[in-house]
Amino acid sequence: MVNTSELERKATPSADLDRAATLQRLIQQRHPLPAHSGLQTIRDRALNLLQDQALPNTKDEEWRFADPSALYAIPFQPAPAVDVESMGDWTVGDWAIATLPIRIVVINGRLSSELSNLESLPPGIAIGSLATADETLQPYLAQQQGMNEVFTALNTASFSDGVVIRIGKNQRLETPIHLLFLTAPSAAPIVTTSRALVIAETGSSATLIEEYGALDGGSSLGTSSLDASNSNPYWTNAVTEVWLGDNAQLHHTRTQREAATAFHIGKTTVSQSRDSRYSLCAVSLGAQFSRHNPEIVLTGLQTETHLNGFTLAVQSQVADTHSLIHFAQPYCIAKQLHKCIANDRARVVFNGKLEVPKAAQQTNAAQLSRNLLLSPKARVDTKPQLEIVADDVKCAHGATVSQLDDEEIFYLQSRGLDRKSACDLLVKGFTAEITEKVPSEELRSRLLQSVLSQIQS
Amino acid sequence: MIIENSEVILSVNDLTAEVDDIEILKGINLEIKAGEIHAIMGPNGSGKSTLSKVLTGHPAYTITGGTVTFKGQNLLDLAPEERSREGLFLSFQYPLEIPGVSNLDFLRVAYNSKQKHLGLEELDAFDFDDLIRDRLDIVKMNPAFLDRSVNEGFSGGEKKRNEILQMALLEPTLAILDETDSGLDIDALRIVANGVNQLAQSDRAILMITHYQRLLDYIVPDYIHVMEGGRIVTTGGKELALELEERGYDWLTEAEPIGAGV
Repeated sequence: MVNTSELERKATPSADLDRAATLQRLIQQRHPLPAHSGLQTIRDRALNLLQDQALPNTKDEEWRFADPSALYAIPFQPAPAVDVESMGDWTVGDWAIATLPIRIVVINGRLSSELSNLESLPPGIAIGSLATADETLQPYLAQQQGMNEVFTALNTASFSDGVVIRIGKNQRLETPIHLLFLTAPSAAPIVTTSRALVIAETGSSATLIEEYGALDGGSSLGTSSLDASNSNPYWTNAVTEVWLGDNAQLHHTRTQREAATAFHIGKTTVSQSRDSRYSLCAVSLGAQFSRHNPEIVLTGLQTETHLNGFTLAVQSQVADTHSLIHFAQPYCIAKQLHKCIANDRARVVFNGKLEVPKAAQQTNAAQLSRNLLLSPKARVDTKPQLEIVADDVKCAHGATVSQLDDEEIFYLQSRGLDRKSACDLLVKGFTAEITEKVPSEELRSRLLQSVLSQIQS
Repeated sequence: MIIENSEVILSVNDLTAEVDDIEILKGINLEIKAGEIHAIMGPNGSGKSTLSKVLTGHPAYTITGGTVTFKGQNLLDLAPEERSREGLFLSFQYPLEIPGVSNLDFLRVAYNSKQKHLGLEELDAFDFDDLIRDRLDIVKMNPAFLDRSVNEGFSGGEKKRNEILQMALLEPTLAILDETDSGLDIDALRIVANGVNQLAQSDRAILMITHYQRLLDYIVPDYIHVMEGGRIVTTGGKELALELEERGYDWLTEAEPIGAGV
């Protein structure tokens, strides 16, 4: 008889070695910073955090349901700088949206001033490159909780550019800022380190649409932008830090529409000062393996937070969302709705953690996870994780897993819709509850179209 | 209204059907002609709602015998959506909520499915908006309901009005109203009944299924059928409703099934 625990013990050292060695290799290969860069201290600090760490596997509680190991077998190289001339036939293409004139384009982690358009940016709002970060950003950059998590620390230790957006005190920007993080095709597997810092000062208000994907090779809209000429896997390791000052407001949309062979590991950390309002609409459609961690820390009183998420996984895609809302002060409100659709053999994971310590009395939090399985082989793991110490709070949570409802399909058929149109309409309805929060009609319809075409493929 | 020699719209002969191997319909015979309003009454569990589901093609029911002819074609050969496009409509007893789908979009998709089937022009959002606003008046519905998700958060009365709005839009040859009156207060019932009466025409027919005689004060039927144990046990004129109201159904259950029709 085989003793499995013994086998595991034997297997562990070499696997651990791989995970540690992969991390070391990624650290070794980082692009060096130019001399006297303002980022040096920050990168060095992150490097220290990585000293004794290894990349995670499913034995880590945080990674139990989605195995990132496939990532470690691929010899990713840091993504090279790409200028507009060397892009050839590859373009920003359909990623640009005419009704969103304020556009920032980041290719392979580097801000492209040629492709960005900041002409209509009003005064009081500054957008620039992190490569030239000075000491005024020191209190913000890599200063939030969750910075020692291994992929985040690797991002911090590796980034040499990125975007900083600063909304000045009491400034109110009506037009959404369209922030595109795109990866250019490459002959070798590459890792793109994407970084953004958003500072919304006291009393300011803005809307941000942040998108992740691959440069467009001219393939048609709504489909994954990867075609045969770019079949190499790439990996996006993304970190966005958001600071909301007192009474500030940010409406944040984040879409992940990476190419089908891509890996995407992303973190959105948000720090909310008193009376601030933050809403996130996170839509994840692409990549063979994706992970998104929205982590919200409520540092002030009476904040309001809305997290809306939608994940679609088809074929053999794996998509994981691990969210955290950490309360610290009284009178904070947080509402979360996360919806997933899984088809074929796909797997989706949702873990929603709410931490309500003793000090956070009068917290009002609600979390709902709704999941739609379209195939008998699709799988969803959904887990609310409420850690409540305070005794005078309202915290609700719920989770549902269902299939398309035969009665609803019949109702629609009885109104003249064929079965396929009925199913499409139901899927659209399930999705639209989240995507309708996206503040661009063009993007909303692209997302819906993308969802329907991915389900049918 | 009963019209001499009018066209037969629906003809049901010896229809039997089961669900989960339990026979629910045990030989239904029914003929409905253009212009007529029929009512089916009967106690709970007599098979009234099953008949409406079977006629509209609900997949949970298996037809085990008999025939159904609708406007000259074999109805049972048609998929549920084809029955709808051919002019059969069911006002649901419990209209479903479809979160995330706006009522306006739903109504337009339904309308255009039928237009396409009939080879008629499909309407874009702009033209459809004009059409639907015109129909809203039939059920005194607030235009705000168009922008809400289908039936989501609607009260019982609002859901039933929304069903009749769909009927007004699709202009069916035969409308089956399954307990459209249940759970409505008297004001809502009046609005719904007025709507249905406006839609009754000499080339269309209506089949009401109801538990309560009250509805028949507002929509006056030409024929009343009483169902019991999966069969139509008696058929009469509108005066039968008053008798049922006074005497209940018990006096009928002893009687032999007399089949039906006209």
